[in-house]
Amino acid sequence: MDTSFFLAWIKEAATAVQAERDHLTQLDAAIGDADHGANLDRGFAAVRQVLADTPPQTPGAVLVQAGSALIRKVGGASGPLYGTAFRQMGRALGEAPEVTPADLVTALEAAQEGVQKLGGAAEGDKTLVDAFAPAVRALAQAVQDGANLEDALQTATAAAEEGARATVPLQARKGRASYLGPRSVGHKDPGAASTALIFAALRRAAGPA
Amino acid sequence: MKKLINSVDAIVTDTLRGVAAAHPSLRVDFENRVIYRRNAPHQGKVALVSGGGAGHEPLHGGFVGYGMLDAACPGEVFTSPVPDQMIEASKGVDGGAGVLHIVKNYTGDVLNFEMAAELCADEGIEVASVLVNDDVAVQDSLYTAGRRGTGATLFVEKIAGALAETGAPLAEVARLAQEVNERSRSFGVALSAGTVPAAGKPTFDLSDTEIELGIGIHGEPGRTRTTHREAREIARLAMDAVNDDVPLSGDTLVLLNGMGGTPLLELYIVYGEVAAYLEEKGARAVRCLVGNYVTSLDMQGFSVSVCRLTDELTRLWDAPVETAALRWGR
Repeated sequence: MDTSFFLAWIKEAATAVQAERDHLTQLDAAIGDADHGANLDRGFAAVRQVLADTPPQTPGAVLVQAGSALIRKVGGASGPLYGTAFRQMGRALGEAPEVTPADLVTALEAAQEGVQKLGGAAEGDKTLVDAFAPAVRALAQAVQDGANLEDALQTATAAAEEGARATVPLQARKGRASYLGPRSVGHKDPGAASTALIFAALRRAAGPA
Repeated sequence: MKKLINSVDAIVTDTLRGVAAAHPSLRVDFENRVIYRRNAPHQGKVALVSGGGAGHEPLHGGFVGYGMLDAACPGEVFTSPVPDQMIEASKGVDGGAGVLHIVKNYTGDVLNFEMAAELCADEGIEVASVLVNDDVAVQDSLYTAGRRGTGATLFVEKIAGALAETGAPLAEVARLAQEVNERSRSFGVALSAGTVPAAGKPTFDLSDTEIELGIGIHGEPGRTRTTHREAREIARLAMDAVNDDVPLSGDTLVLLNGMGGTPLLELYIVYGEVAAYLEEKGARAVRCLVGNYVTSLDMQGFSVSVCRLTDELTRLWDAPVETAALRWGR
Protein backbone atom coordinates (compact mmCIF):
# COMPACT_ATOMS: atom_id res chain seq x y z
CA MET A 1 0.00 0.00 0.00
CA ASP A 2 1.48 3.35 -1.09
CA THR A 3 0.60 7.02 -0.68
CA SER A 4 -2.09 6.83 -3.36
CA PHE A 5 -3.76 3.95 -1.52
CA PHE A 6 -4.14 6.06 1.60
CA LEU A 7 -5.32 9.07 -0.39
CA ALA A 8 -7.92 6.78 -1.95
CA TRP A 9 -8.99 5.65 1.53
CA ILE A 10 -9.52 9.24 2.66
CA LYS A 11 -11.49 9.98 -0.51
CA GLU A 12 -13.66 6.89 -0.04
CA ALA A 13 -14.23 7.78 3.62
CA ALA A 14 -15.16 11.37 2.76
CA THR A 15 -17.62 10.17 0.11
CA ALA A 16 -19.17 7.64 2.49
CA VAL A 17 -19.52 10.17 5.31
CA GLN A 18 -21.13 12.65 2.94
CA ALA A 19 -23.57 10.03 1.64
CA GLU A 20 -24.44 8.90 5.17
CA ARG A 21 -24.39 12.38 6.70
CA ASP A 22 -28.11 12.53 7.44
CA HIS A 23 -28.23 8.95 8.68
CA LEU A 24 -25.39 9.59 11.15
CA THR A 25 -27.08 12.77 12.32
CA GLN A 26 -30.37 10.92 12.84
CA LEU A 27 -28.61 8.24 14.90
CA ASP A 28 -27.07 11.05 16.96
CA ALA A 29 -30.43 12.80 17.36
CA ALA A 30 -31.76 9.70 19.14
CA ILE A 31 -29.13 9.57 21.88
CA GLY A 32 -26.88 12.58 21.39
CA ASP A 33 -27.11 16.03 19.96
CA ALA A 34 -27.90 15.55 16.28
CA ASP A 35 -24.66 16.74 14.74
CA HIS A 36 -22.39 13.75 14.13
CA GLY A 37 -23.00 13.52 10.38
CA ALA A 38 -22.67 17.26 9.83
CA ASN A 39 -19.49 17.48 11.89
CA LEU A 40 -17.71 14.55 10.25
CA ASP A 41 -18.76 15.71 6.80
CA ARG A 42 -17.31 19.15 7.51
CA GLY A 43 -14.16 17.52 8.87
CA PHE A 44 -13.54 15.23 5.91
CA ALA A 45 -14.20 18.10 3.50
CA ALA A 46 -11.46 20.00 5.35
CA VAL A 47 -9.17 16.96 5.16
CA ARG A 48 -9.58 16.70 1.39
CA GLN A 49 -8.84 20.41 1.06
CA VAL A 50 -5.65 20.13 3.12
CA LEU A 51 -4.47 17.07 1.17
CA ALA A 52 -5.12 18.88 -2.12
CA ASP A 53 -3.33 22.05 -0.98
CA THR A 54 -0.21 20.36 0.37
CA PRO A 55 0.04 16.90 -1.22
CA PRO A 56 1.73 14.51 1.22
CA GLN A 57 4.58 12.30 0.00
CA THR A 58 4.22 9.28 2.27
CA PRO A 59 1.35 7.19 3.67
CA GLY A 60 2.27 8.40 7.16
CA ALA A 61 2.06 12.03 6.07
CA VAL A 62 -1.40 11.48 4.53
CA LEU A 63 -2.70 10.19 7.83
CA VAL A 64 -0.99 12.76 10.06
CA GLN A 65 -2.29 15.61 7.90
CA ALA A 66 -5.77 14.10 7.84
CA GLY A 67 -5.78 13.69 11.61
CA SER A 68 -4.58 17.23 12.24
CA ALA A 69 -7.27 18.64 9.96
CA LEU A 70 -9.95 16.66 11.80
CA ILE A 71 -8.73 17.97 15.16
CA ARG A 72 -8.67 21.53 13.84
CA LYS A 73 -12.03 21.50 12.06
CA VAL A 74 -14.52 19.11 13.61
CA GLY A 75 -14.84 20.05 17.27
CA GLY A 76 -16.98 18.00 19.61
CA ALA A 77 -15.62 14.66 20.78
CA SER A 78 -15.36 13.09 17.35
CA GLY A 79 -12.81 15.64 16.09
CA PRO A 80 -10.12 14.91 18.69
CA LEU A 81 -10.92 11.17 18.72
CA TYR A 82 -10.84 10.51 14.97
CA GLY A 83 -8.07 13.07 14.59
CA THR A 84 -5.98 11.23 17.15
CA ALA A 85 -6.71 7.88 15.46
CA PHE A 86 -5.41 9.08 12.07
CA ARG A 87 -2.44 10.90 13.59
CA GLN A 88 -1.36 7.88 15.62
CA MET A 89 -1.66 5.66 12.54
CA GLY A 90 0.44 8.11 10.58
CA ARG A 91 3.08 8.34 13.27
CA ALA A 92 3.28 4.55 13.53
CA LEU A 93 3.92 4.32 9.78
CA GLY A 94 6.76 6.84 9.98
CA GLU A 95 8.47 7.77 6.70
CA ALA A 96 7.95 4.43 4.97
CA PRO A 97 6.88 4.81 1.31
CA GLU A 98 5.21 1.37 1.29
CA VAL A 99 3.00 -0.19 3.94
CA THR A 100 2.61 -3.94 4.40
CA PRO A 101 -0.57 -5.48 5.81
CA ALA A 102 1.34 -6.17 9.04
CA ASP A 103 2.34 -2.47 9.22
CA LEU A 104 -1.31 -1.53 8.73
CA VAL A 105 -2.30 -3.73 11.66
CA THR A 106 0.38 -2.15 13.87
CA ALA A 107 -0.74 1.34 12.84
CA LEU A 108 -4.41 0.60 13.53
CA GLU A 109 -3.49 -0.84 16.92
CA ALA A 110 -1.64 2.40 17.71
CA ALA A 111 -4.72 4.36 16.57
CA GLN A 112 -7.01 2.33 18.81
CA GLU A 113 -4.68 2.79 21.77
CA GLY A 114 -4.59 6.56 21.16
CA VAL A 115 -8.36 6.80 20.98
CA GLN A 116 -8.87 4.76 24.13
CA LYS A 117 -6.26 6.73 26.04
CA LEU A 118 -7.80 10.05 25.04
CA GLY A 119 -11.47 9.15 25.47
CA GLY A 120 -11.11 6.63 28.27
CA ALA A 121 -13.62 4.25 26.71
CA ALA A 122 -13.44 0.46 26.87
CA GLU A 123 -15.29 -2.02 24.69
CA GLY A 124 -18.93 -2.24 25.75
CA ASP A 125 -19.21 1.45 26.68
CA LYS A 126 -21.24 2.07 23.49
CA THR A 127 -18.70 4.17 21.64
CA LEU A 128 -16.73 3.98 18.41
CA VAL A 129 -14.35 1.60 20.22
CA ASP A 130 -17.04 -1.09 19.93
CA ALA A 131 -16.59 -1.08 16.15
CA PHE A 132 -12.88 -0.19 16.08
CA ALA A 133 -11.54 -2.85 18.44
CA PRO A 134 -13.16 -5.92 16.81
CA ALA A 135 -12.21 -4.63 13.36
CA VAL A 136 -8.55 -4.32 14.36
CA ARG A 137 -8.61 -7.76 15.99
CA ALA A 138 -10.20 -9.34 12.92
CA LEU A 139 -7.69 -7.68 10.61
CA ALA A 140 -4.75 -8.80 12.74
CA GLN A 141 -6.02 -12.38 12.75
CA ALA A 142 -6.69 -12.43 9.01
CA VAL A 143 -3.25 -11.01 8.22
CA GLN A 144 -1.63 -13.51 10.55
CA ASP A 145 -3.55 -16.31 8.82
CA GLY A 146 -2.11 -15.17 5.52
CA ALA A 147 -5.27 -13.79 3.93
CA ASN A 148 -4.81 -11.43 0.98
CA LEU A 149 -5.35 -7.72 1.63
CA GLU A 150 -8.85 -7.50 0.13
CA ASP A 151 -10.10 -10.46 2.16
CA ALA A 152 -8.44 -9.28 5.35
CA LEU A 153 -10.03 -5.83 5.00
CA GLN A 154 -13.38 -7.43 4.15
CA THR A 155 -13.18 -9.38 7.41
CA ALA A 156 -12.28 -6.24 9.33
CA THR A 157 -15.18 -4.31 7.79
CA ALA A 158 -17.62 -7.08 8.65
CA ALA A 159 -16.34 -7.07 12.23
CA ALA A 160 -16.73 -3.27 12.46
CA GLU A 161 -20.28 -3.45 11.12
CA GLU A 162 -21.16 -6.26 13.50
CA GLY A 163 -19.57 -4.30 16.37
CA ALA A 164 -21.65 -1.25 15.49
CA ARG A 165 -24.86 -3.33 15.34
CA ALA A 166 -23.99 -4.84 18.70
CA THR A 167 -24.04 -1.39 20.33
CA VAL A 168 -27.83 -1.27 19.95
CA PRO A 169 -28.71 -3.14 23.16
CA LEU A 170 -25.89 -1.53 25.17
CA GLN A 171 -26.29 1.24 27.76
CA ALA A 172 -23.87 4.08 27.09
CA ARG A 173 -21.19 4.71 29.69
CA LYS A 174 -19.19 7.37 27.85
CA GLY A 175 -20.01 10.47 25.86
CA ARG A 176 -23.23 12.39 25.66
CA ALA A 177 -25.43 9.31 25.30
CA SER A 178 -24.42 8.25 28.81
CA TYR A 179 -26.57 11.08 30.23
CA LEU A 180 -29.61 9.12 29.12
CA GLY A 181 -28.81 6.15 31.31
CA PRO A 182 -31.03 3.17 30.41
CA ARG A 183 -32.77 5.23 27.72
CA SER A 184 -29.66 4.95 25.56
CA VAL A 185 -30.50 1.24 25.09
CA GLY A 186 -32.07 0.32 21.76
CA HIS A 187 -30.11 2.77 19.58
CA LYS A 188 -27.00 2.25 17.49
CA ASP A 189 -24.04 4.35 18.58
CA PRO A 190 -23.36 6.99 15.89
CA GLY A 191 -19.59 6.86 16.48
CA ALA A 192 -19.52 3.10 16.02
CA ALA A 193 -21.59 3.53 12.86
CA SER A 194 -19.15 6.06 11.39
CA THR A 195 -16.20 3.85 12.32
CA ALA A 196 -17.79 1.03 10.34
CA LEU A 197 -18.11 3.40 7.36
CA ILE A 198 -14.43 4.30 7.59
CA PHE A 199 -13.38 0.62 7.66
CA ALA A 200 -15.64 -0.07 4.68
CA ALA A 201 -13.90 2.81 2.90
CA LEU A 202 -10.54 1.20 3.67
CA ARG A 203 -11.79 -2.03 2.12
CA ARG A 204 -12.88 -0.18 -1.04
CA ALA A 205 -9.50 1.55 -1.29
CA ALA A 206 -8.00 -1.91 -1.80
CA GLY A 207 -10.06 -2.45 -4.95
CA PRO A 208 -13.56 -3.54 -6.01
CA ALA A 209 -15.22 -6.22 -3.89
CA MET B 1 -38.37 24.32 10.35
CA LYS B 2 -38.91 28.07 10.40
CA LYS B 3 -35.90 30.03 11.63
CA LEU B 4 -34.46 33.51 11.18
CA ILE B 5 -31.30 32.36 9.43
CA ASN B 6 -29.66 33.04 6.08
CA SER B 7 -28.31 29.54 5.68
CA VAL B 8 -27.61 26.63 7.99
CA ASP B 9 -23.89 26.76 7.24
CA ALA B 10 -23.56 30.47 8.01
CA ILE B 11 -25.26 30.50 11.41
CA VAL B 12 -22.20 31.04 13.59
CA THR B 13 -20.58 33.54 11.23
CA ASP B 14 -23.78 35.55 10.88
CA THR B 15 -24.32 35.53 14.65
CA LEU B 16 -20.81 36.86 15.16
CA ARG B 17 -21.49 39.63 12.63
CA GLY B 18 -24.51 40.66 14.63
CA VAL B 19 -22.61 40.54 17.92
CA ALA B 20 -19.85 42.73 16.46
CA ALA B 21 -22.39 45.21 15.13
CA ALA B 22 -24.36 45.35 18.39
CA HIS B 23 -21.52 45.63 20.91
CA PRO B 24 -18.71 48.10 20.23
CA SER B 25 -17.14 47.08 23.56
CA LEU B 26 -16.29 43.72 21.98
CA ARG B 27 -13.84 42.78 19.26
CA VAL B 28 -14.73 39.82 17.08
CA ASP B 29 -12.10 37.77 15.25
CA PHE B 30 -14.19 36.22 12.49
CA GLU B 31 -11.47 34.03 11.08
CA ASN B 32 -10.65 32.32 14.38
CA ARG B 33 -14.13 32.76 15.82
CA VAL B 34 -13.22 34.46 19.06
CA ILE B 35 -15.09 37.22 20.90
CA TYR B 36 -12.70 39.46 22.90
CA ARG B 37 -13.03 42.45 25.16
CA ARG B 38 -12.09 45.32 22.87
CA ASN B 39 -9.13 46.35 25.06
CA ALA B 40 -7.74 42.86 25.82
CA PRO B 41 -5.17 41.88 27.04
CA HIS B 42 -5.03 43.47 30.48
CA GLN B 43 -1.48 43.43 31.80
CA GLY B 44 -1.11 41.66 35.13
CA LYS B 45 -4.71 40.41 35.29
CA VAL B 46 -5.59 36.73 35.15
CA ALA B 47 -7.60 36.25 31.95
CA LEU B 48 -10.72 34.10 31.73
CA VAL B 49 -11.52 32.18 28.57
CA SER B 50 -14.56 30.02 28.02
CA GLY B 51 -16.19 28.45 25.05
CA GLY B 52 -18.67 25.89 23.96
CA GLY B 53 -21.09 25.07 21.20
CA ALA B 54 -23.28 27.83 19.82
CA GLY B 55 -26.98 27.70 20.64
CA HIS B 56 -26.67 28.61 24.34
CA GLU B 57 -26.64 32.41 23.92
CA PRO B 58 -25.99 34.64 25.75
CA LEU B 59 -23.51 32.02 27.11
CA HIS B 60 -20.55 32.57 26.53
CA GLY B 61 -20.06 35.60 24.28
CA GLY B 62 -22.67 37.62 26.16
CA PHE B 63 -20.51 37.30 29.28
CA VAL B 64 -17.36 38.81 27.79
CA GLY B 65 -16.54 42.15 29.41
CA TYR B 66 -15.41 43.84 32.60
CA GLY B 67 -15.83 41.59 35.63
CA MET B 68 -16.40 38.37 33.69
CA LEU B 69 -14.73 36.74 30.67
CA ASP B 70 -11.86 38.14 28.61
CA ALA B 71 -12.70 36.00 25.59
CA ALA B 72 -15.16 33.37 24.41
CA CYS B 73 -14.94 30.91 21.53
CA PRO B 74 -18.16 29.60 20.01
CA GLY B 75 -18.19 26.27 18.21
CA GLU B 76 -20.77 25.15 15.71
CA VAL B 77 -24.29 24.70 17.11
CA PHE B 78 -24.02 22.33 20.10
CA THR B 79 -20.46 21.36 19.08
CA SER B 80 -17.46 22.29 21.15
CA PRO B 81 -15.02 24.73 19.60
CA VAL B 82 -11.68 23.45 18.31
CA PRO B 83 -8.28 23.81 20.02
CA ASP B 84 -7.09 26.41 17.49
CA GLN B 85 -9.79 28.83 18.66
CA MET B 86 -8.95 28.33 22.33
CA ILE B 87 -5.23 28.78 21.72
CA GLU B 88 -5.85 31.95 19.72
CA ALA B 89 -8.16 33.27 22.45
CA SER B 90 -5.66 32.44 25.21
CA LYS B 91 -2.81 34.16 23.35
CA GLY B 92 -4.99 37.19 22.73
CA VAL B 93 -5.95 37.73 26.36
CA ASP B 94 -2.87 36.63 28.30
CA GLY B 95 -1.60 39.67 30.19
CA GLY B 96 1.25 37.73 31.75
CA ALA B 97 -0.70 36.50 34.77
CA GLY B 98 -2.01 33.34 33.13
CA VAL B 99 -5.30 32.19 31.69
CA LEU B 100 -8.18 30.29 33.31
CA HIS B 101 -10.11 28.01 30.98
CA ILE B 102 -13.69 27.52 32.13
CA VAL B 103 -14.87 24.22 30.66
CA LYS B 104 -18.31 22.68 30.84
CA ASN B 105 -18.08 18.95 31.46
CA TYR B 106 -18.91 17.39 28.09
CA THR B 107 -16.59 14.91 26.41
CA GLY B 108 -16.00 17.14 23.40
CA ASP B 109 -15.38 20.34 25.35
CA VAL B 110 -13.04 18.55 27.75
CA LEU B 111 -10.99 16.89 24.98
CA ASN B 112 -10.62 20.06 22.93
CA PHE B 113 -9.76 22.25 25.92
CA GLU B 114 -7.22 19.66 27.15
CA MET B 115 -5.47 19.72 23.79
CA ALA B 116 -5.55 23.52 23.77
CA ALA B 117 -4.11 23.75 27.30
CA GLU B 118 -1.19 21.49 26.33
CA LEU B 119 -0.44 23.53 23.23
CA CYS B 120 -0.71 26.80 25.21
CA ALA B 121 1.85 25.45 27.68
CA ASP B 122 4.16 24.75 24.71
CA GLU B 123 3.85 28.41 23.80
CA GLY B 124 4.68 29.56 27.30
CA ILE B 125 1.17 30.55 28.40
CA GLU B 126 0.26 29.45 31.90
CA VAL B 127 -3.18 27.84 31.84
CA ALA B 128 -5.36 26.52 34.65
CA SER B 129 -8.69 24.84 33.96
CA VAL B 130 -11.89 24.52 35.94
CA LEU B 131 -14.48 21.94 35.03
CA VAL B 132 -18.11 22.89 35.64
CA ASN B 133 -20.32 19.90 36.45
CA ASP B 134 -23.39 21.04 38.34
CA ASP B 135 -26.23 19.03 36.79
CA VAL B 136 -27.72 16.65 39.35
CA ALA B 137 -29.81 14.85 36.70
CA VAL B 138 -26.76 12.78 35.80
CA GLN B 139 -26.58 10.55 38.81
CA ASP B 140 -24.12 7.77 38.42
CA SER B 141 -20.75 9.26 37.60
CA LEU B 142 -18.96 5.91 37.35
CA TYR B 143 -21.14 4.85 34.44
CA THR B 144 -21.53 8.15 32.65
CA ALA B 145 -19.32 10.89 31.25
CA GLY B 146 -19.96 12.62 34.58
CA ARG B 147 -22.28 15.45 35.49
CA ARG B 148 -22.87 18.06 32.82
CA GLY B 149 -21.94 21.69 33.12
CA THR B 150 -25.06 23.87 32.89
CA GLY B 151 -26.35 26.98 34.71
CA ALA B 152 -23.56 27.14 37.28
CA THR B 153 -21.21 28.11 34.45
CA LEU B 154 -22.67 31.63 34.74
CA PHE B 155 -21.92 31.69 38.49
CA VAL B 156 -18.35 30.52 37.92
CA GLU B 157 -17.71 33.05 35.16
CA LYS B 158 -19.16 35.95 37.16
CA ILE B 159 -17.59 35.23 40.52
CA ALA B 160 -14.15 34.14 39.26
CA GLY B 161 -14.21 37.09 36.86
CA ALA B 162 -14.82 39.48 39.75
CA LEU B 163 -11.91 38.00 41.69
CA ALA B 164 -9.62 38.25 38.66
CA GLU B 165 -10.37 42.00 38.42
CA THR B 166 -8.90 42.45 41.91
CA GLY B 167 -5.51 41.23 40.67
CA ALA B 168 -5.69 37.83 42.41
CA PRO B 169 -3.20 35.24 41.10
CA LEU B 170 -4.21 32.38 38.77
CA ALA B 171 -4.13 29.65 41.42
CA GLU B 172 -6.48 31.64 43.64
CA VAL B 173 -8.91 32.45 40.81
CA ALA B 174 -8.92 28.77 39.80
CA ARG B 175 -9.51 27.65 43.36
CA LEU B 176 -12.44 30.01 43.79
CA ALA B 177 -13.93 28.96 40.45
CA GLN B 178 -13.75 25.37 41.68
CA GLU B 179 -15.40 26.32 44.96
CA VAL B 180 -18.30 28.03 43.15
CA ASN B 181 -18.81 24.90 41.06
CA GLU B 182 -18.75 22.65 44.12
CA ARG B 183 -21.30 24.83 45.90
CA SER B 184 -23.70 24.81 42.92
CA ARG B 185 -26.33 22.37 41.72
CA SER B 186 -28.74 22.50 38.78
CA PHE B 187 -31.69 20.63 37.29
CA GLY B 188 -33.55 21.21 34.01
CA VAL B 189 -37.06 20.49 32.70
CA ALA B 190 -38.29 20.68 29.10
CA LEU B 191 -41.81 21.17 27.76
CA SER B 192 -40.60 20.78 24.18
CA ALA B 193 -37.29 20.07 22.44
CA GLY B 194 -35.35 22.61 20.44
CA THR B 195 -34.65 22.30 16.74
CA VAL B 196 -31.00 22.02 15.71
CA PRO B 197 -30.88 23.85 12.36
CA ALA B 198 -28.75 21.17 10.67
CA ALA B 199 -31.24 18.47 11.71
CA GLY B 200 -34.30 20.54 10.79
CA LYS B 201 -36.67 19.00 13.31
CA PRO B 202 -36.94 18.82 17.10
CA THR B 203 -34.40 16.45 18.67
CA PHE B 204 -37.13 14.65 20.56
CA ASP B 205 -40.92 14.70 20.55
CA LEU B 206 -43.09 15.46 23.54
CA SER B 207 -46.86 15.37 23.38
CA ASP B 208 -48.98 18.16 24.90
CA THR B 209 -49.39 16.13 28.06
CA GLU B 210 -45.74 15.21 28.65
CA ILE B 211 -42.65 16.90 30.06
CA GLU B 212 -39.03 15.74 30.10
CA LEU B 213 -37.12 15.79 33.39
CA GLY B 214 -33.37 16.10 33.79
CA ILE B 215 -32.60 17.56 30.38
CA GLY B 216 -29.25 18.97 29.39
CA ILE B 217 -28.58 21.99 27.21
CA HIS B 218 -27.87 20.20 23.92
CA GLY B 219 -31.32 18.92 23.09
CA GLU B 220 -30.44 15.48 24.37
CA PRO B 221 -33.45 13.80 25.97
CA GLY B 222 -33.59 13.74 29.75
CA ARG B 223 -33.58 10.88 32.22
CA THR B 224 -37.32 10.43 32.46
CA ARG B 225 -40.56 11.57 30.98
CA THR B 226 -43.63 12.31 33.04
CA THR B 227 -47.05 13.92 32.73
CA HIS B 228 -47.35 17.67 32.48
CA ARG B 229 -48.68 19.37 35.60
CA GLU B 230 -48.97 22.69 37.44
CA ALA B 231 -45.91 24.96 37.60
CA ARG B 232 -45.86 24.52 41.38
CA GLU B 233 -45.45 20.76 41.08
CA ILE B 234 -42.88 20.96 38.30
CA ALA B 235 -40.82 23.45 40.32
CA ARG B 236 -41.01 21.05 43.25
CA LEU B 237 -39.77 18.10 41.14
CA ALA B 238 -36.76 20.17 40.06
CA MET B 239 -36.00 21.54 43.50
CA ASP B 240 -36.40 18.12 45.13
CA ALA B 241 -33.73 16.80 42.77
CA VAL B 242 -31.39 19.61 43.84
CA ASN B 243 -32.23 19.31 47.53
CA ASP B 244 -31.83 15.53 47.50
CA ASP B 245 -28.30 15.97 46.21
CA VAL B 246 -27.24 18.64 48.70
CA PRO B 247 -29.74 19.78 51.32
CA LEU B 248 -30.50 23.47 50.84
CA SER B 249 -29.85 25.87 53.68
CA GLY B 250 -28.67 29.38 54.40
CA ASP B 251 -28.16 32.12 51.85
CA THR B 252 -28.32 31.08 48.21
CA LEU B 253 -27.87 32.53 44.76
CA VAL B 254 -30.53 31.25 42.36
CA LEU B 255 -30.59 31.27 38.57
CA LEU B 256 -34.05 30.57 37.17
CA ASN B 257 -32.96 30.07 33.60
CA GLY B 258 -35.14 29.92 30.52
CA MET B 259 -34.11 27.39 27.86
CA GLY B 260 -34.81 29.85 25.04
CA GLY B 261 -38.44 29.26 24.12
CA THR B 262 -40.31 30.04 27.33
CA PRO B 263 -41.83 33.47 28.12
CA LEU B 264 -40.47 35.43 31.06
CA LEU B 265 -44.00 35.39 32.46
CA GLU B 266 -43.76 31.65 32.99
CA LEU B 267 -40.20 31.86 34.29
CA TYR B 268 -41.38 34.27 37.00
CA ILE B 269 -44.21 31.92 37.91
CA VAL B 270 -41.67 29.14 38.39
CA TYR B 271 -39.32 31.46 40.28
CA GLY B 272 -42.08 32.30 42.75
CA GLU B 273 -42.48 28.58 43.45
CA VAL B 274 -38.72 28.10 43.78
CA ALA B 275 -38.42 30.97 46.28
CA ALA B 276 -41.29 29.50 48.32
CA TYR B 277 -39.65 26.06 48.23
CA LEU B 278 -36.38 27.49 49.55
CA GLU B 279 -38.20 29.24 52.39
CA GLU B 280 -39.94 26.00 53.29
CA LYS B 281 -36.50 24.34 53.57
CA GLY B 282 -35.16 27.14 55.75
CA ALA B 283 -33.00 28.59 52.97
CA ARG B 284 -33.18 32.03 51.36
CA ALA B 285 -32.60 33.29 47.84
CA VAL B 286 -30.65 36.43 48.71
CA ARG B 287 -29.56 36.97 45.09
CA CYS B 288 -31.27 35.80 41.94
CA LEU B 289 -31.43 36.04 38.18
CA VAL B 290 -34.56 35.23 36.18
CA GLY B 291 -34.26 35.05 32.41
CA ASN B 292 -32.66 33.36 29.42
CA TYR B 293 -28.94 32.98 30.15
CA VAL B 294 -27.87 29.40 29.36
CA THR B 295 -30.24 28.44 26.59
CA SER B 296 -30.74 25.47 24.31
CA LEU B 297 -31.89 27.08 21.05
CA ASP B 298 -35.71 27.28 21.09
CA MET B 299 -36.31 24.62 23.71
CA GLN B 300 -39.25 25.35 26.01
CA GLY B 301 -38.57 24.85 29.67
CA PHE B 302 -36.27 26.00 32.42
CA SER B 303 -33.36 25.03 34.55
CA VAL B 304 -32.83 26.06 38.11
CA SER B 305 -29.34 26.50 39.55
CA VAL B 306 -28.63 27.11 43.21
CA CYS B 307 -25.30 28.18 44.70
CA ARG B 308 -24.86 28.11 48.46
CA LEU B 309 -23.24 31.47 49.17
CA THR B 310 -20.48 32.57 51.51
CA ASP B 311 -19.82 36.23 52.35
CA GLU B 312 -16.93 36.21 49.90
CA LEU B 313 -19.04 34.78 47.09
CA THR B 314 -21.87 37.26 47.76
CA ARG B 315 -19.43 40.18 47.67
CA LEU B 316 -17.91 38.99 44.39
CA TRP B 317 -21.35 38.36 42.87
CA ASP B 318 -22.28 41.97 43.73
CA ALA B 319 -19.04 43.36 42.26
CA PRO B 320 -19.41 45.45 39.10
CA VAL B 321 -19.89 43.68 35.78
CA GLU B 322 -20.32 45.08 32.30
CA THR B 323 -21.08 42.56 29.57
CA ALA B 324 -23.71 42.28 26.86
CA ALA B 325 -25.95 40.10 29.04
CA LEU B 326 -25.11 41.06 32.64
CA ARG B 327 -24.36 44.56 33.83
CA TRP B 328 -24.54 46.26 37.19
CA GLY B 329 -22.58 48.39 39.62
CA ARG B 330 -20.61 50.36 37.07
